[in-house]
This record gives sequence, structure tokens and C-alpha cells, in this order.
Amino acid sequence: MNEALVAGSVAMIASRLQIGDIDLELHRGGAGQTLLFLHGGGGFDPRAPFVADLARHFDVVAPLHPGFGSSSLPFWVDSVDDFVHAHLALMEKLDLRDVILVGVSIGGWVAADLATKNTSRIAKIILVSPVGIKVGPRDRLDIPDIFATSADDLLKLTAADPVRRKPDYAAMSDEELRVLARNRETLALVAWEPYMHNPKLKHRLHAINRPTLILRGDHDRLVGADYVEAYAKLIPGARSETIPGAGHSPQSERAEDFVARVTRFAQG
Amino acid sequence: MRMFHFSEGAFQDLPEEDAYDSVRVTLPNRYYDPKVGADNYHRYLDEWLIADDLGLDIMVNEHHQTPTCVDPAAPILLGILARQTKKARLLILGNPIANRNQPVRVAEEMAMIDVISRGRLECGFVRSVPYEVPAANSNPVRMNERMYEALDLIKAAWTHHDGPFSFEGRFFHHRCVNIWPRPYQQPHPPIWISSTSPEGAARVGEGGYVIGCFHTGFDGTRKVFDYYRAGWARAGRKGPVPEDRLGYSALMYVGDTDEEGRAGAQKLLWYLSHNKLPNHFKNPPGYNSYDANIKAFRTGKVGTREQGFVPDLDHEIETGTVFCGNPDTVCRQIKKFYDHVGGFGHLLSMGQAGFLDHAETVKGLKLFASEVYPRLKDLKVTREAAE
Repeated sequence: MNEALVAGSVAMIASRLQIGDIDLELHRGGAGQTLLFLHGGGGFDPRAPFVADLARHFDVVAPLHPGFGSSSLPFWVDSVDDFVHAHLALMEKLDLRDVILVGVSIGGWVAADLATKNTSRIAKIILVSPVGIKVGPRDRLDIPDIFATSADDLLKLTAADPVRRKPDYAAMSDEELRVLARNRETLALVAWEPYMHNPKLKHRLHAINRPTLILRGDHDRLVGADYVEAYAKLIPGARSETIPGAGHSPQSERAEDFVARVTRFAQG
Repeated sequence: MRMFHFSEGAFQDLPEEDAYDSVRVTLPNRYYDPKVGADNYHRYLDEWLIADDLGLDIMVNEHHQTPTCVDPAAPILLGILARQTKKARLLILGNPIANRNQPVRVAEEMAMIDVISRGRLECGFVRSVPYEVPAANSNPVRMNERMYEALDLIKAAWTHHDGPFSFEGRFFHHRCVNIWPRPYQQPHPPIWISSTSPEGAARVGEGGYVIGCFHTGFDGTRKVFDYYRAGWARAGRKGPVPEDRLGYSALMYVGDTDEEGRAGAQKLLWYLSHNKLPNHFKNPPGYNSYDANIKAFRTGKVGTREQGFVPDLDHEIETGTVFCGNPDTVCRQIKKFYDHVGGFGHLLSMGQAGFLDHAETVKGLKLFASEVYPRLKDLKVTREAAE
């Protein structure tokens, strides 16, 4: 499948990429320094406004994780570690260099884990509302249990403006809804237990040797300010910034601010 | 036809429904009075012993973190019943092996029960209902695959008799499996699996296991049995499916009169009405089909029964979820159902639920045993050795 989706003024081209026995859906568009975008648990929509905004500054490469979108999910795949190995191989295969690595939510977990393994193709790292570590007490989940939360309550946890962010399922096709259900399923597959983290990741973050920025929306009630501060302390030299008026998905709720910060950090 | 007396062992004294979001998973156990609970256990066990005395068989199951079924470890009940009953077949339907991370331990527990009961175990396995997932902390994705791999390992543990074997599967890994005791029944106890989906039921049929379906009514049950028959034939078997491969569970109460039978059944409906559950427990990721999920996105509803559902007895009788009345009426209802679904060999009767008290429960069992059961035995059931 090859189709050009016109996002704003910049065309994102959809293609397939075979990594071992995984068949990945891949979107690419724009020009400039390469930005590898690793999406969150909701999946990736190349038509989202922030994608076009990013593509005005970068060569945006956005793969769908295995089991998300139309990417295949071989039976052996069941962890963030598996995603990381797929994306490391993708960078090799596409010969991506000097990459700005951006990961959102669970994609932030993937990006952080990836950067503990190999940063040779990476210039800088931006983690957005990242999950993946456990820093709080044992008798409390660091990230509220999204699988035991009603859709309405989840919206309140994740959106600065729940009314505007409420998804319009009626406007979606069956195929789009099927993808949403599958994304949720794959998210559970990799993040069910231990819930939303790998106990070892926080002990490995010291190995990240690239400038790292962590972004968080000030209304994000999934990933708290303390959590992000702890994350930043574990990565040498990392710093964090807060995006006002945004929840768990600042790239969607405050696209302009988000892209400005990404661009500034990448070019700074 | 065989009849298995089944109760979920409910703890009935619940707060008003408005006082909680979910009757399962999250209802605080401060509402559970252990002294009442102790009386309940003894009472329900007594009823199973009476069923045994009456020549009926016995079924137990398990659920977790819920007052609707305070039997979170069904093998413990079975252990008691294996010792205290004399003749009854002992059906557990079933072991939630997608949620238990030690299939070999399950094989051991079931072998023990089979030996203690001198070969009376009917061993069921279930993927389990979606709201078991949070309590078991079990990943809801790939549960079928885990269940079937666990079943393979359990069967291997039951049937290897020449020392240890190893098992390195996708989900389970064992270096040295060599269980003691081995099962009393050879090669192993009859295996049951519950399923209602087309592919799920066909897979049970393909394996030649006994299928049990619950409250699926006239048309639903016929479909499930047809899926089973398709799988049975797909595996290359000749001839019709023996009726002892097919089980159906309904709520059932027999009274002296239709009025008394209906009054008893009305109390059993507590089981259907007390199931308040939010969607996130009914629809964990990966559990339901994509079609069911698409429908949930569009309608906000999961499943067919809505919140605040009040069952209507006439409707439940009409759909085949409930058999009740005087002995003639119940016979007629069961025979009609039997004909509609193309025959079945096991009636799993929920003869106790909700506030149906001990005396009422026993009366219903006795009337069934003396007035209904002899007439059901005329229905032709073919027997075949356990697969």
C-alpha cells in the first residue's frame, strides 16, 4: 500500500517495512533533520495537525508499533522490548542518522528503553508524558489503571479539555474503530503486568548519553509532575518542561506549543 | 441425561445497588460477614451431599472478588466433596487455567480429587468471564492461547507415567514434570470446556471434549451445539456427536404446583439481576471480538443485558434460561429444549441462587429426583469413552 495523505501542506507517504517477520506500517514526510516519532497507546494518525507542523521542520518518520494500526503482531511479540528491537532495526534499515527521537506516552517508554540500548543513530531525545518506570511506593500505582477506568473518567485523566477531546465514534468507520480496539489490545498485551513499566528500566537510564528533554502537559493526571521529575533525574543531564493547557497528549491539545518546543530543543 | 446440581454459593446480604459501582471486583469485603459465610459454606455443602444421596451429580465453579460466588478456590470444595460424597460425578466447570500460572499444580489438584473420589471427577476448564481478569491480574490478551497451552501441559502431566518430561511452550516452561498422584480414571478424567463463540465451540468439538454452555437459551444453544458438531466432524470423526459431549446450564426449580415452581424460580433470578458491572470490567482489552468492540464504541453498551436489568420470569422461561413449575411442566420444558437443540446429555441445573433457602432448595432437588429425573432418563444418551 502506498498512498499520499495530504496533511496540511506536507504530504505524508504511507508505506510498509518488513523487520524480520514483523510487517510495519510506516508514514514518512517533510524535509530536514530526521525525526523518529514513536506514538502512544492511542496509535498514530498521519492526518493529525501536529504531524504536518512537525513535517515543516523535519523529515518525519513515524512507524506504527507492532500490533498498532495495520502493523502486524507476530505471536512471539509481547513486550516494549520487542518494539525497541523492531525500531532499532528500522533505523538500521532506513539508515536514519542524527535522529531526533520523540516518544509519546508508551512511545516515550519505547524511546527511553531504546536509548539505553543504542544511541549511535540518535542526536537528541524528547520524551513526552512518558511511562515505563516505577518510582512511587509499592502500594500505589504510579500510573492510574486505565484498564479499570470508565471512558469518561479516562478522558478526565488525560485531557485538559475533556469536552473538546471526546472522541466522535459515530464519525468513524468500522475499520477505524477496529484499529482503536486493536491498539487498546496491544497496549494491554505489553503494559498489563508489570503495569506500564519495566522494573529494570530506571536502573538502565543512566546509560543514555544524548541530550534529553521531557515534556508534560500541566493537566496530565496519568503522568504526574513528580513522576516526570524522577524520570529526568534518572537520565544524565535531562531536563523537563511543562506545556500549559495540555493533558496527556500535548502534541494534540497544544500542537503549536509542542512543535515549537521540539524544534527549539532539536536546533538548540 | 445426567443432572448436576449447581450453586455459586452466593453471599446475599448486599447493600442497595446504588451504593456500589460494581458487584464484582471492587465491592469492599467489609460487607462480608464471616460468621454468616461459614454457615453458608456448610449449608451449600449439605445441599451437594443431599444431591448425592438423591442420585444426582454435582457441579462447582469459581469466581473471584465477588459476593455472587464466594467460591474463589473450587478445588477446595471439590476436595471436601470427593471425601464426603459416595456416588455423584463431581464436575468442576471450571479451572480458570488462563488465569493460573501453574498448570502442573492444577493437574496435581485434579488428580488428587480424582483419586480421593475413586474416579468421579469431571474436569472442566474455562477461559473465564472478563471480570475475572482484574482479580487474577491476568493479561486479557491471548487468553485462549494460554488456556489451550495449559490444557496441553495438564493432559501431558496426567498421561506421562514413565518419569519426568519437560515442557517449553510459549507461555509455560517446566524442566521436570512427574506428578504424584496420577489420575484414577484412565487415561484421564473427562475434560469439559465452556464456550459459546463459533470458533471456540468448534475447537472444543474438534478436541472431542465435553462442551458446557450457560444460559444460552433455545436458539443460542442450538447454534453453539452446531458449531461444536462442525468441529467434531472437522476432526474426521464419523457419526453423530454423542449426547454426553453436550451440556447445558439453566436455572431450574421444581415445585408441587406450577405456582410453587415459579415462586422458587423467581428467587433464582437473583443470580441474573445481581450483576451490576461497569463496561471496563465487562470489556477488558483483547477479551471480546472486534465486532463486539465496534458495537461498544458505537452504542456505549457491552453485552445484551443492560444496567438495572430486571429479569422477567415468563421471558426467561420462554427463552429457555429457566425451567420451572410442577414436575410435568418441567419435564415438558426440558424435553422441548432437548428436541430444539438436537439433544444433550448433561443438564447443569442452578437449583440454588439468591435467597432460595435451604428447605426450598432441598424440596426442589427432591421433587426433581423423584418426579422428573426418571422420565429424563428415557431420553436416549449414547456413551463413549473419554477422549
